[in-house]
Amino acid sequence: MFRLRFVPDNTKIAFMRGRIAGLVVSAILSTTSIFLFFYPGLNYGIDFRGGIAIEARTQGPADFGALRSALNGLGLGEAALQQFGSPDNVLIRLERQPGGDEAQQKAVELVRQMLTSKFPGTELRSVEAVGATISGELFQNGMIALGLALVAMLIYIWFRFEWQFGVGAVVTLVLDVTKTVGFFAITGLQFNLTSLAAILTIMGYSINDKVVVYDRVRENLRKYKAMPLRQLIDLSINETLNRTINTSFTTFLATLPLAVVATGAVREFAFVILFGIVVGTSSSIFIAAPILLFLGENKLRRGPKPKLVTDARP
Amino acid sequence: MMYFARWKVTAILTLLALGCIFAFPNLLPTRVSDAIPGWLPHERVSLGLDLRGGSHLLLEADIDSVVHERLTSIVDGIRSALRKANIGYTDLGVQGNAVKLKLRDPSVIETARPLLEAETKGLDLTIADDGSVTASYSDAGIAELTQNVMDQSIDIVRKRVDETGTREPTIQRQGKDRILVQLPGIQDPEQVKRYLGKTAKMTFRFVDTSVTPEEATSGNLPPTDEVLPPDSPRPGEPGSYVIMKRVMVSGENLTDAQPSNHDGMWVVQFNFDSLGATRFCEATRDNVGKLFAIVLDNKVISAPVIRDAICAGSGEISGSFTSESATELARLLRSGALPAPMKIIEERSVGPDLGADSIRAGVYACAVGFALVTTYMVLAYGLFGLFADAALIFNLILTIAALSLLQATLTLPGIAGMLLTLGMSVDANVLINERIREETKLGRSPIAALDAGFRRAFATILDANLTTLIKMALLYVLGSGTVKGFAVTISLGIMTSMFTAIVLVRWIMSVWLRRRRPATLPV
Repeated sequence: MFRLRFVPDNTKIAFMRGRIAGLVVSAILSTTSIFLFFYPGLNYGIDFRGGIAIEARTQGPADFGALRSALNGLGLGEAALQQFGSPDNVLIRLERQPGGDEAQQKAVELVRQMLTSKFPGTELRSVEAVGATISGELFQNGMIALGLALVAMLIYIWFRFEWQFGVGAVVTLVLDVTKTVGFFAITGLQFNLTSLAAILTIMGYSINDKVVVYDRVRENLRKYKAMPLRQLIDLSINETLNRTINTSFTTFLATLPLAVVATGAVREFAFVILFGIVVGTSSSIFIAAPILLFLGENKLRRGPKPKLVTDARP
Repeated sequence: MMYFARWKVTAILTLLALGCIFAFPNLLPTRVSDAIPGWLPHERVSLGLDLRGGSHLLLEADIDSVVHERLTSIVDGIRSALRKANIGYTDLGVQGNAVKLKLRDPSVIETARPLLEAETKGLDLTIADDGSVTASYSDAGIAELTQNVMDQSIDIVRKRVDETGTREPTIQRQGKDRILVQLPGIQDPEQVKRYLGKTAKMTFRFVDTSVTPEEATSGNLPPTDEVLPPDSPRPGEPGSYVIMKRVMVSGENLTDAQPSNHDGMWVVQFNFDSLGATRFCEATRDNVGKLFAIVLDNKVISAPVIRDAICAGSGEISGSFTSESATELARLLRSGALPAPMKIIEERSVGPDLGADSIRAGVYACAVGFALVTTYMVLAYGLFGLFADAALIFNLILTIAALSLLQATLTLPGIAGMLLTLGMSVDANVLINERIREETKLGRSPIAALDAGFRRAFATILDANLTTLIKMALLYVLGSGTVKGFAVTISLGIMTSMFTAIVLVRWIMSVWLRRRRPATLPV
């Protein structure tokens, strides 16, 4: 019977041999990401920075030069123009206007009037204007959501497994998230509310993967009481390897069309998820497992030891 | 584990049938689904503004200015009360959330107390022995004031939105001092925004002709007056007016307002209620020959001379109106004044074209993603992959049914969420199938292998799904707008997948097992 399988059954790859390399590479990538977060920094979208984004469709291909000079003539600061999908689709972005929330509204009205008078037939496909009050709140709430998610994961895994598992999972999550932030910095993808949803989804996906591997480790800990932890972790990863790859692959397949056909924020969302699937899957093997090995060596409960004592009694 | 009692089978089938029935209206064109009688399931998934097109406006009420305004009028009240009683005071004014003053002579405290109490109702009043007086809003007082202001504001915002003829608007309070207005189908919200941005507080007051505006602005302003600019200065009109603070009749006493054209001049005709009519009649009768001003949002629209007593209970406002501005003013007057100034702190508008494009892209992505995943499952697991695919189809149907039933909003990120759930819910079946495979390799019989596969995989699936649900709950609570839609679809998808991927697939497998009695499993 034909079965599509990426890895043969009963692999015996010694993943833990690469434990140091895995952790070091991951640490380097994450540290670089943190630097990138500060310099050059993220391309914050208007959700978090405030400002105005207008998607306009012009009659015929857009004349970027004329649009730019008309926009800059409004005195609303530097306008960023970007072709978006087809040649007649323009994304206009303006910095947050000084002077409070009403100023954003005035600027939108100005741009709208200018477009209808100077570029007749232009259709405004979407308008977003976010003032400082809201952008600040959204950013703060977003960061709270990320923080709470990490804490909730730590508590959950701790509760379901043992503390070594919880710490291993959360440290790995932090490394995954920092790398994703680095991905935003390098690619210049917009960092907005949807990105935050993407990061939380990646966290969910990544923790799923850790739970599956950890589950198997726990099961094998009960099954093979004498096996050294290193060997046991290798065995567990190998046993779950097919599942890991199959799940990653199906999720990858499900997200791929979105990255191809969608536009704007949703397309960027799909790119981030695809990146996250790769990071989340590899970190289960190369980071979460080694951490568990370091923390758990000689510590994780290995079955009922005191049996000898009861036997010794008369 | 592989045996199903009859009632369980009935329950599973009923649930699936219900899912299909509730999801079904979404396949029909709107025209048909609207015609379904009310007792049948007819709810469709409600699309978010990013998919159907429309405007999302977040308004914030300026409560501080209301507090300040109330305190200022209390200051005016105290001033005239103390003057009337000949009680000396200094430093009367508003400081933060309090009115403060100092009585010159502490011995008059007991005389002043009842007067002050009467003027500062609703405030916490303290009078120190040295004669310093503080009347301040308590936190509860502010909260009550906010509640009242917001209740009234929502009412008036709704009236104004209705005046613009928007269909199915959503208007709800958010947080302490905000109102969320969602206007489906409105692509250009400028008109609505203009309406919502105006307080529309109208008053009829007298013009104080005893001082000129120049004298008033150079420091000779009587405490009972204020200087206000004209709404739209016309040639020959003064640059500002000295207007008495005392209100003769206010906009609250209007019952109707309509735009009207008099010989090419646009005016707004209005009717007073009986109280307004009486007051206006008395005031005009006693002051023939004087000027009165019609003030809208602290700007003078016009300041005509009173030629006669106006006792008909109606009147008209002339200014430099166009047909639009007259219509706008009439609508604003009909809906009433906002108790607090509102500002728009967030706007997100999407045109219907873009929405339709997004739906098309979303449906296309879903179809392709679905085809890819189901094909892969069959290639990887054969017949058991097919079982998992059946579960996926029902997972999708049940998710849509749940969205329709709960009237949750489907947004563009929500569609992305559906696709992601596809990948994640198939994970449960991957786990189960891999486990069954392993157990079979260990030499277990088909029944034992299936049984162990489901039992062992269950804990893992539960852990994986619960952690995701926790995160989606956080995202729902702390996220906003379309992102909430993402959290909702993922959560519903995961919950229904627990049923389809585990219970449904297990039942299908048990039926298959009984019919075929296979010697080995085709995993």
